[in-house]
Formats: sequence, structure tokens, C-alpha cells
Amino acid sequence: MKLPIYMDSHATTPCDPRVVEAMLPTFTQHFGNAASRNHSYGWEAEALVEKGREQIAALVNCSPKEIVFTSGATESDNLAIKGIAHMFADKGRHIITSVIEHKAVLDSCKRLEKEGFRVTWLPVGKDGLVKTSDVENAIEDDTILVTIMLANNEIGTLNPVGEIGHLCKAKGIFFHCDAVQGLAYEPVDVQEMGIDLLSISAHKMYGPKGIGALYVRRRNPRVRLDPIIDGGGHERGMRSGTLNVPGIVGLGKAAEIVLAERESDAARLRALRDHLRQRLTTELTDVTVNGSLEHRLPNNLNVSFAYVEGESMLMGIKDVAVSSGSACTSASLEPSYVLKALGVHDELAHSSIRFGLHRFTTREEVDYVADLMVRTVRRLREMSPLKEMADEGIDLKKVEWSKH
Amino acid sequence: MVYSDKILDHYNNPRNVGSLPKNDPNVGTGIVGAPECGDVMKLQVMVNEETGVIEDAKFKTFGCGSAIASSSLATEWLKGRTLEEAMRIKNTDIVNELSLPPIKIHCSVLAEDAIKAAINDYQKKREEIVHGNGKGAGKPVAAGPDLASKSS
Repeated sequence: MKLPIYMDSHATTPCDPRVVEAMLPTFTQHFGNAASRNHSYGWEAEALVEKGREQIAALVNCSPKEIVFTSGATESDNLAIKGIAHMFADKGRHIITSVIEHKAVLDSCKRLEKEGFRVTWLPVGKDGLVKTSDVENAIEDDTILVTIMLANNEIGTLNPVGEIGHLCKAKGIFFHCDAVQGLAYEPVDVQEMGIDLLSISAHKMYGPKGIGALYVRRRNPRVRLDPIIDGGGHERGMRSGTLNVPGIVGLGKAAEIVLAERESDAARLRALRDHLRQRLTTELTDVTVNGSLEHRLPNNLNVSFAYVEGESMLMGIKDVAVSSGSACTSASLEPSYVLKALGVHDELAHSSIRFGLHRFTTREEVDYVADLMVRTVRRLREMSPLKEMADEGIDLKKVEWSKH
Repeated sequence: MVYSDKILDHYNNPRNVGSLPKNDPNVGTGIVGAPECGDVMKLQVMVNEETGVIEDAKFKTFGCGSAIASSSLATEWLKGRTLEEAMRIKNTDIVNELSLPPIKIHCSVLAEDAIKAAINDYQKKREEIVHGNGKGAGKPVAAGPDLASKSS
């Protein structure tokens, strides 16, 4: 077993070796510019790009013509949201999103707010799910866009995207879905789910970094976007810039593998994740899973270990790469906004750890992590004044703390 | 976060973890911080009433590695010092000794507050005894001056 053990797959996933192998010839042999029309280097590159487009289209059930390549999901989210808002500002100036979206969505919406658009920020329940009825109630006469993520990047909860898509279809409102975290594990069909725009990232599905895609519907209805990058008019004018052929080949291959292996991957990861959860919750007391277990990615586990602080846990499990919702581990010194949105007390947000299992996680690794986690939490609880007070029967919520 | 060897040493082998009997008239208890801010320190001193020397010190801390190391170091420094000497321990001494990164300075501030809160608690108990109504405080009220900066 190789240390440190990687369990931070919501941050990024390792490249599948088959993806790397597919990409290699594009660096030295097939290195042409896909926009070069006058020689075989260009034609070869273009053929590789078109193959990649087909592979991604097959994964989400759309036409290859509806795929726009970008530098990653942050760009895809920006292009979808700002592109719709700027193209259809005459039609309406209201957008609906949720408070637990990725920052690329939240900050794009915030910028539009500054430009005079109105944004409704939907709350989520304790289960971390957006309610379709909340979306419906938020719709106004001039709503032009609803943007809701498929799976949350911290707690892995799965939103009722199909329901929301159908609602938007019925109301004639564009629906954008950031599907980055879910695509490798959950089936996505843009036709069946009524999705007009879908953000895709390669490096969250065992592909390379620096490449992503945006699905943009071409009929029923045809979606037009105001571009955010101008230049040579690549990608039907929606995203100028020389195409990243190695990245596209990698993304395409990653999509092909996901389509073939998603089901078995998901089942295996679900069993491993449940094993990890079982061990942590039976061997330790006061452990809570954040967000719905039922509507959740099979590879995600986000847990709070009461009375111990996240960063001190990470120090204790330094052979394991995971993330914490604790403020101490973030640049902003604020605990996770996602956990706060769930109504998780700040104190438990500070005590949270996010485990992200991936295609190459083994049972041996899961057991190693569980052993280490249990030992570390026990040790830190021995030195926790909160644990001591709780054991003495003191209600921690009634203590007058000196807030600082 | 990359930490100094001294922080790692205190984190891995914390000195003086534990509790002293909080109702003992010779024990002073300071609890500072708040769970929602991500750190709470409990620091206790046992004082020889004749000499005014701190004979024992214990801590328990909920917080990051720097918070644990700061309070562990504080207990090490307190033992054998008089109350006056102990009151002169500054957070900057802790910062220097542990090479705390700038983002973790508040941990040292909290440790200084914990020292002062523990000593104040002891002195309050002594006063109550002198005035004849001492039962020894033991209420779980966290005390300590407000810190201006947001902590983690």
C-alpha cells in the first residue's frame, strides 16, 4: 500500500492510465492545430477533436455539435451563466440558483447581481438538497435561467435535477446544471432530464486538468450564448482559442471509460464508502454524517466528529489526503459555507472531514484510514475540553463562551 | 499547512494534558475561546499558597495543531514560576518559541488569555476565602478578553 493515501477525489482525481496513453501521441506526433485546414497535421488534429466530442456526447446523450470545449468547469459555469444573462437580458433579468453551488456559479451570479440582474438564492434543508417546489415558487415573470448543481462537491448530495429540468422546460426557462462532481458516478441524459446547459470537467472524472466542456442545446430550444472570450471564432463562436487537442483526447477517453464502467465503479465505491461509514460510526461515538445518505454520490462521505477540530485531525492522519470544512484549513478562515447552509453548527463544521473515494481506492486503504481516524479522534478527544464538559453533563450550547 | 518541528513535537507529545480538581481552592481554571470559532482552551494552575509558585499546570484544548502546541508550551512554562512571572508571559514569546505562522498568531493570543484567566480565577478564589465566603468557583463560564481579530 502506497502512502499517503489519496481520498480527496472531489478536489481532483488521478488520471486513468488509459487516458494518459490515449493522450501521449498528441504531444509529439499528432500535434497539429485543429484549425489548420491546409495540411494533414491539422486534419488529424481535427479528427481527434471530433472523436473527443463524440465520446462526450455519448456520455450525456447529446449531439457532438452541442459540445463546446473550455478550459474547465469554472469557465463552463461562467460561460453558461453570463452567456445566457447577457444574451437574453432583454427577455428577463432574474436568475435562480442555490446557496450550495460551487463558487464558480455563486460568484458568476454575484457579478450579474452587480450588473443589475436579480438573483434568488435558494436555501437547502438539513439533507442538503434543493427542493423542486422551492424552484417553482421562486420563478418570476422575467426568470431567464435556473442553475442548480447535480452533485455537491463537499457533501456529495444529489439534487432532483431531472425534476427541475422538466419544470424549467414547462415554464420556458433555460436550465443550466453543473454536473462536474456527478458525471463519473451518476447517469446523465440531457434529453430526459431537460437540461439546456451542462458543465463538464475532465479532472474530476479521471481525465487531465485544464480541459472541460459545456453542453449547449441546439434545438428545443436553440440556446445562444454571448461569448466571454473573443478571438478566432472557434467552437461556433462561443469560445475562441486554439483547441487543447491533448486535453480533448483525454477528456474524450475519460468519458468513454466512464460510460463503460460507471455502473460497476459506482457499486464498488458505494460498498467501500458504506464500509468506511460503518466502521467510523460503530467504533466512535458522536459521529454525524452531513447531508442525505440516500441521495448522495457513492464515493462521498462527509462526517463531523464532535469535540475535535478538523485541522488537528488532519495533522493526526497525515498519511491520508482528505479535506476538512474547518476554517483553519481554508484561506478565508471561515468554516464551510455548504455545511453552514445545512444548518450544521459552526462547531460541527469545524469538526468535519470530507472523504472522497475514487476508482483506484482499495479496501485495504479504507481500513487503514478507518483505523487511523478512530485512533486520532480518540486521542484528540482525550485532550478536548468540550468532550470533558459534555461528559460532565454540561450543555455546551448554554455555556457563555468568550467569542473572539 | 507546514509546521515547525516544535509544533509537531507538542502536537504529537503534548505535555501536561489533563485536569486538576477545579473546586480545589489552590487551583485556578481559565477557559477561553468558543467552539464556533474553532478553538477552546482550558488551562489550569495549582498554586502553592505559601510561596505563590505554580506547582502544577494542565491543559485541554479543542483546536488546530498550533492551538494545542501553544497551550502545551504554556503549561510547560508555567510550572515553577511565580504568579507574577507567569503574568509576564507574552503571546509573542510563544510565537517565537514555536515559530508560529502569521495566520496562527491568534492561537498564541488565546494561550496568553488562558494563562491570565486561570491566574485571575485563582486570585478570585483566594479573595473569596479571605473574605470568608469562599466555596471555590467551578462554574463553566468561559472567561477572557475579547480578541479583536477573527480566529479560526
